[in-house]
This record gives sequence, C-alpha cells and structure tokens, in this order.
Amino acid sequence: MDVAFLQTLWITFKLALFTTAILIVTGLPLAYLLAFGRFRLKPFAEALISMPMVLPPSVIGYYMLLLYSPRNAFGAWLDSNLNMRLAFTFEGVLIASVIFSLPFMVQPLTSGLRSLPASFREASYSLGKSATTTFFKVLLPNIKSSVITAVALTFAHCIGEFGIVLMIGGNMPGETRVASIAIYDEVQALNFSTANQYAFILFFVSFALLTVIYSVNRKPEVWETR
Amino acid sequence: MGNEMISIDVEKSIHTAEGDIRLNINTSVKQGELLAISGPSGTGKTTLLRMIAGLVNPDRGTIKVGSECWFDSEKALNLPVQKRGVGLMFQDYALFPNMTIEQNLHYAQRQKNEKEASELLELFSLTELRKRKPQSLSGGQKQRVALARALACKPGLLLLDEPLSALDAEMRTTLQDHILNAHKWLGATTLIVSHDLNEVFRLASRAIYIRGGNIVKEGSPSEVFDNIAAGGEQIAGRIVAIEPEGSLFIVSVMSQNNQLIKVPVFEDVIGDLAPGDEVTACTKALRPLVSKLKNII
Repeated sequence: MDVAFLQTLWITFKLALFTTAILIVTGLPLAYLLAFGRFRLKPFAEALISMPMVLPPSVIGYYMLLLYSPRNAFGAWLDSNLNMRLAFTFEGVLIASVIFSLPFMVQPLTSGLRSLPASFREASYSLGKSATTTFFKVLLPNIKSSVITAVALTFAHCIGEFGIVLMIGGNMPGETRVASIAIYDEVQALNFSTANQYAFILFFVSFALLTVIYSVNRKPEVWETR
Repeated sequence: MGNEMISIDVEKSIHTAEGDIRLNINTSVKQGELLAISGPSGTGKTTLLRMIAGLVNPDRGTIKVGSECWFDSEKALNLPVQKRGVGLMFQDYALFPNMTIEQNLHYAQRQKNEKEASELLELFSLTELRKRKPQSLSGGQKQRVALARALACKPGLLLLDEPLSALDAEMRTTLQDHILNAHKWLGATTLIVSHDLNEVFRLASRAIYIRGGNIVKEGSPSEVFDNIAAGGEQIAGRIVAIEPEGSLFIVSVMSQNNQLIKVPVFEDVIGDLAPGDEVTACTKALRPLVSKLKNII
C-alpha cells in the first residue's frame, strides 16, 4: 500500500470522525429542542434538518459553493477578515458534511427522546432536578441505543459520502480526496486493483457499522407503564 | 414550607375520555392533613395533583401554600416544579430504568444520605432488591419503590396518585400503614387519589369527592361516603352477584379487602342495583340496606 492510498483513507476517516464529533455535540441539544420544545417554527425547523435526506448532494453542494464564493457576502467576509477560502479545502468539505449528515444524527436522537415517557422528566423535575441534570442523568442514559445508532449511522454515512465532497472539495490528493472519490477516479484511470482495495475497505467498514446498529437495536426499548 | 395551609382555587378545561370538562376546584388543606380525593375516572383528580405539583398550569386561579404563592394567573406567577418541594408518586411509577432501586432513591435525595436511604429501603421491605433495576420488579414492588422515592426527598407535600392500586389486599394493608407512618414521620401534608373506600376510611382525615370537574362533597370520609344513618356494620364494596330468593334478593358484596358479605334486600329496594356497582352495605337491625354509591353522592 502506498502513501497516497493511506492518505486518502486517513482523510476519509478524519472527515467522518470530525463530522460525527461535531454532530454529537450540536445534535443532542437540537434533538432535545425538537423532541420537547414548543415553538411555532418547529415543522419548518424539522423540514430544514431533514432536507439532506431527500435533496441530491449536488443541490446542497451547489448552494454551499455559492456561500463560500468570495463574490458573495459570507465568502467575502471570510476572505477579508480571516483570509480563508473554503471551497476545495478540507474545512469546507467538513462544514458541508456536517450539514449534510445532520438528519442522520438528529433523527434517531429525537425519536429516542420522544419514546421516553413524559413522566421520567416530570419525576426528575419534581425531585428538584434541573433540566440539564435530568438530561444527563435520566434521559441520555435511557436512550443509549438511539445514541449508538445515531453515531454509527452518521459515521457510516460520512464514509460513504460522494457527491457533496466532489462538488465542494473536488479531488485534491491529501486535502479533499476521499475513498469514494478515489474509487471513481481509479476506475476512470483503469486502475482496477486500487479501486478494488478502496471498495473492499468501504464495504467492510459500512457492513460492520450497520451490523453494530442492528445488534444494539435487536431488543427494542419498551417503556413499561405498569 | 412551614406550618401552613394550602389553599387552592383553580379552573382548567380538560379533555377526558368522556368529553371536555371544566375543572373548578376551590378547597384548602390544613398542614399535616391527609386528604383523600375520590371520584369517577376522567374527572380531573390526576390533573388536580399535577396542577399542585406544577406540572400542569391552571387556566385561571391561585395556589397558595401559607404565605408562599405557587401559582397566580393574575400576577403571572408560577413557581417551577423544582422549587415546590413536593413528593409526587406517578401512576406509572416513573422509576428510572438506568438506575438501581438504591440509586433511584439516592437520586431523589437532596443530599446523598446512605443511612436514610437504607432506612427507607428497610421500611418498604426493599433491602433485598436494592441492587436490582426497576424493570425486573413486579408491579407491587415498583409501587413500593415509587413511594419510597417520593419520600426520599423529604417533601413538605406528598401527592400520591392511586399509590396502592397494584397491590394485593395484604400488601395494601401493610403499605397503608407505611403511608400513615411516612405521613406522620414527615409531618407532611398528604393528598392521595384513591378509589378504594377502605383506603380512604383508613388513611384520610378528610375527603373530597370530585365529579364532572367539581367538588360535590367534602368532609370527613364518613360524611362524604355515607349519608345513611349511622348504626350497624357498614362496608363498602362491589356487587358480585344478585340472586332471587323468594320475595327477597340476596346481594353478594365483595369488600375491597376481599371479604364476601351477603345481604338480603327487598324487592322494592333492589331498584337498579346490578353486579359491578360500587355500593355501601349496611346491616341495620331487621332491614339491611344496599345503596349505590353514585346515587348517594
């Protein structure tokens, strides 16, 4: 295995790891808000978060490119204040990947939180505990399988991401070239043996992650009331 | 909460299985009193407890505990549930599945106190089960844990929503003693929703009967549940059978602690009594009486 091959794999896993880490921190409060919050724009927020599940990656990629472009407000601000251009960089791909994977993190967490009986929260509050204590001591430990599902699904989805990385990151070795793009590239160049190696690794990792999800979810969490 | 009276004057529209009703409750509870709340299902008893606990907001009115105001719709005042210091026992127990029985109690304590937790475990015969998770317990055991947990935070006000319904008669009697002891031990005011007349008579110093969202009767348990002239033996229970016997009917009444009592009833008194009705049966000299509970109240 040569250096370029390992580098591409490293970028693939780094992207998935960073995306998942950012999403677990931002996804939990978001899921809490969607599960228990009462605000008028909730259906709007839910639709927005779920958009990446139905939109082709090229649409989101296109809008992200527009956003990053120094000709537009946000891109120009980044360029002049931070001297930063996001298009065709790892950071740019990471931001897009976080947005694109949002529903895969938020949806399992939201449905996990919603499946808990309301009396868990009420009981904890009546015992004088704050919403934060209740969340970390009572709610989160009881949606463990949802958390594992959300993390594994987000990670697996990131590893398999193709369209959005290609749109925003292109195919720059050592920066934005991930395994899924490398496969496409190698096939085009008729390097079937390298394509085969990438493909096998992606296949194996995804299969292992999905097996984890299905084995933790084998016993559904049923909340007994009486 | 000091030695203070709780005054409740609240209104709320609620949706029930029997349609929408307007809950309109105006009563007060003395410090240290054990008040039973009875009435048909879907009449707002649980909602009343939840309003006092701060889990549901009344549409209008006030809840005052001594000089402290917990809720006042006009002043837009609403003390959060965390600050009210109530011990609430939920109908579904709401035990936390990620914690053992012991941890459930520790979580409830304001400051972790191993000694008090073991005393409570002992009091409710739960010591053997302390390391178990709630999922592995029977309904009756869960109920005891829920009661112990509600006491663990040493509340000034104890709210119990049908606390003993899942227990057999023997356990229920034991637990009734526990509730009485706990009530005395804490010096807490206790509100208990109960359908079980035995329980009401045994535990409560005062009772209210709610129907259609209103308090229709209020007073000592015997004043509320008994407008038959006193005298003779009286039991409350459910009719299990009515058999004709000559010009009489023999009505079998099963009391809540599973005593079967047969009462002869004359044809003119039998009226619309039917198996399944909740009744009080009273054996007066020569003329036993069986009266439907709903008709009395």
